[in-house]
Parts: sequence; C-alpha cells; structure tokens
Amino acid sequence: MTTEEKYVAAAYLVVFVVLLAYVVIMSAKVARLERTLAELVERVKARG
Amino acid sequence: MLLGTAIALIAFYAPLDEDGLNQKIFYFHVPIALTAYACFGWGAWKALLHLWKGRPGADLESYVSIHLGVIFAVMTLVTGSIWGRFRWGQWWLWSSKQLVLFLVLFLFYSAYFMLRFSVEPGPRRANLSAVYAIFGVVLIPISFLAIRLASDYIHPVAFDRHGPQMSGSQFLTFCVSLAAMLSLFAALYHLELAGKRIDAHLRELRELIG
Amino acid sequence: MSGYFADVATLARKDLLLELRGRDTLPAMLLFVSAALVIFHFALPSGTGELAGLGLLWVAIVFTALLGLSRVFVAEREQNVLDGLVLAPSDRSAIWFGKALAALAFLALAEVIALPLFALFFSGMDAATVAAVALADIGICAVGVFVAAMSIATRARELLLPVLFLPLAIPVIVGGVGASVTDSPGRYFAFLALYDALFATICWASFEYVVTE
Repeated sequence: MTTEEKYVAAAYLVVFVVLLAYVVIMSAKVARLERTLAELVERVKARG
Repeated sequence: MLLGTAIALIAFYAPLDEDGLNQKIFYFHVPIALTAYACFGWGAWKALLHLWKGRPGADLESYVSIHLGVIFAVMTLVTGSIWGRFRWGQWWLWSSKQLVLFLVLFLFYSAYFMLRFSVEPGPRRANLSAVYAIFGVVLIPISFLAIRLASDYIHPVAFDRHGPQMSGSQFLTFCVSLAAMLSLFAALYHLELAGKRIDAHLRELRELIG
Repeated sequence: MSGYFADVATLARKDLLLELRGRDTLPAMLLFVSAALVIFHFALPSGTGELAGLGLLWVAIVFTALLGLSRVFVAEREQNVLDGLVLAPSDRSAIWFGKALAALAFLALAEVIALPLFALFFSGMDAATVAAVALADIGICAVGVFVAAMSIATRARELLLPVLFLPLAIPVIVGGVGASVTDSPGRYFAFLALYDALFATICWASFEYVVTE
C-alpha cells in the first residue's frame, strides 16, 4: 500500500466513521422512542 | 420515502469507486463541502420562512439542517486536512482558502448551538436562532472574500490547487458523488426531523395520558 | 422619518448621559486598552518588527470593543427597562441604532487615547490605519450591539457575547490588518465598507425579532 492509498483510505474511513457514529446515535434515539411508545401503550391498556 | 432516498443513494453510490484516478478524495471532499453549504443555505431559508411567514415547524427544520451542516463541515475539515497532507505534505495550511473558510464557519455555527441551548425553548429561542442562521449565510461570502484578501498579505505565493481540468468521466463521477451527498443530506434531514417530531408527539401524548 | 431619527438621537444621548454620570464603561475601556498595549510590548520580543505590532493593535481594538459591548445592555437589564423600551411606540430598530451610536462613541473615545499611545509605544501610525480603524468601528459596533442584545436574552449572558461575536469579527480583522500592513489599502477599505453596509442593513432589518417574542 502506497502512502497515497493510505491517505485516500484514511479520508474515506473518516467519513465512514462519522456516518456510522451518526447512525448509531440515531438508532439509540429510535430505541428510546420505541421504549417510550411501548410504555405509553401499556399505560393506555392498563386504563382500559 | 426515506427508503426510496436510501435506495437511490446506494444506487448512486456504487459508481463512486469505479473511477481509478489519483484524486479520489476530491470526489468526496468537494461534494461534502458543497453539501455543507447547501445545509447552511437551507437552514437560513427555513429561518427566513420562520421570521417572515411565521410558519410553524420552520424553526425545527432550520435547526436540523444547520446541525447536519455542522456535521458535514467537520467532515470537510477532516477530509480536507487529509487531502492537504497528501497534496502538500502538511496537515494544515492557512493558504488553503476553503479549509480556512470552513474553520470560520465551524466556529460560527458552533456558536449557533451555544446560543440555541442557552435560551429557554419558545418563540424567543426560535427568533434568535433564525436571525443568527441568516447572519451565517451573509457571513459565508463575506468570509470567503476576506480570506481571499487575507491570503494577499499572509501568503504572497498562491498555491495552484486545482491541477488539470476535469475530463468528462471525472466530471460525471463528481456529479454523481455530489448527487449522492445531497441525497444523503436529504435522507438524514428527513430522518432526524421525523425523529424530533415523533419525540415531540410522544411527549404530548404522555402529558395527555397523564 | 425625522421622528425616527429623533428617537435614535434620544436613545443615544440617554446612554451617553448615563455614562457621563456613572462613568463605568469608558475608564475601564481606556485602562484595558492601555494595559493591553503594555502587555503587547512585552509579548513581542525585540526585533519582531512593526508589522506584528500593527496586528496586535487590531487585537487590542476588538477586545476593547468587546469590553464595552458587554456593558451595552446592562443598565436596561438591571432596571428591567428593556421591555419598556420595546413597548415604546417607536420603531424597535431605533433601539439598535441608538445603542450602536452610543457604543461607537465610546469606542471612538477609547481609540482617541489608544491610537496615539500606540504610535508612541510602537511604531508611528499612518492615515490608512486610522481610516481603517474608523471604518472597522462602524461594523464592530453595528454587529456587536446586535449580538449583545442576543446574548442578554440567553442564560449564559455575557459569556456568550464573545463566542457569538468573534467569528463575525474575523472579516473585520482581515480587512483592518490588511489596510494597515499593505501598501495599497484601497481594496481593504472597500471590503470594510461592504461589511459595514451589509451587516448594518441586516441588523437594522432583523433587530425587531431579537427583542420581541
């Protein structure tokens, strides 16, 4: 692997990692929303 | 709709790698930079709509757009820095005008977040954020001009940073990459906006149920 | 229209009178800028040349302005009269205009002392630098008062002012330093004038949204 290729790979890797981090954050958020929703559904069911 | 954008993205994404030219970062870096501008521009446009028409939700849309813009700006800084190392052997060069501009913008929009999170949610916060977002799009060309001027006295020797003109296939790849980045922005924008709206709705629901 | 300018003049005069009576801001600015110049003298090793000195002059100006700007709305906040001002039957942008004029007066007074002091301590001073400082002051005060009005609406208050202001001041620094260190300052003057005109217009047009809900 030449240095050139290394730099190209590094740049792509950075973008990939940033996007990955973003997706992870979003999925955590969706999971949280899901939990809240489930909790609300439970409460409505308990009420009748 | 989200899925549709994502599929289009993947379809657009594939041809990105087939081009075996040496300036691969260029195809990545420049579209990301342009997308960051698009994010800031879109955010300012929504801010203007908020102030002018008072459209509900425009504030949130503006915020999400600028939030993504900052993420893209960071990616621009990092990929640009790597590109600079590769091209000029330096991680940071004050003479690379776009990078300096992005640094200024990054500082400015980080201040936007500080401003936003230090005001209680409500119409006041929406107004302040919107005004600051509009300042941003005025600052972009002004800073660009300033950095051009500054390079006259900071670095008398200008770098020739745009090697050869782009050939047809290079230009095609560039356009495809730009389209991919823009649709990535659109997808993330809708995703995050949907998330924030669901969050708000759930909160409302919780209060209703008690 | 003449009523508008009368409002502006009244507001600016009120601030100047308050300062004349209380004398909080201006002496502090003067002391700050003098002390800063002395510090710069020791911060620059001998032989670094006058160009570095001119650059530091601009740093001193921006930070002195920041000191003054952080005080712009303090009187209003302490006595809670800002809401009263906003409700007054005049155009809201008159508040910005009057405050900016008052801030400009303070900054100009501070510089009347600081510039000769700089010329005395460091190298001399040419007309281009003085003109650039005058042009830059307009932009600094226009944007600075606007941002100060924003920052008092936040929880962090004065803390936020430099954070919001400095990125916006980068072009002013570029224009000002350029005008004072190069031989042909014409384009830098044009740039500073463009900055002033552009940002003064937006500030004037959007100030209403900063002070109202």
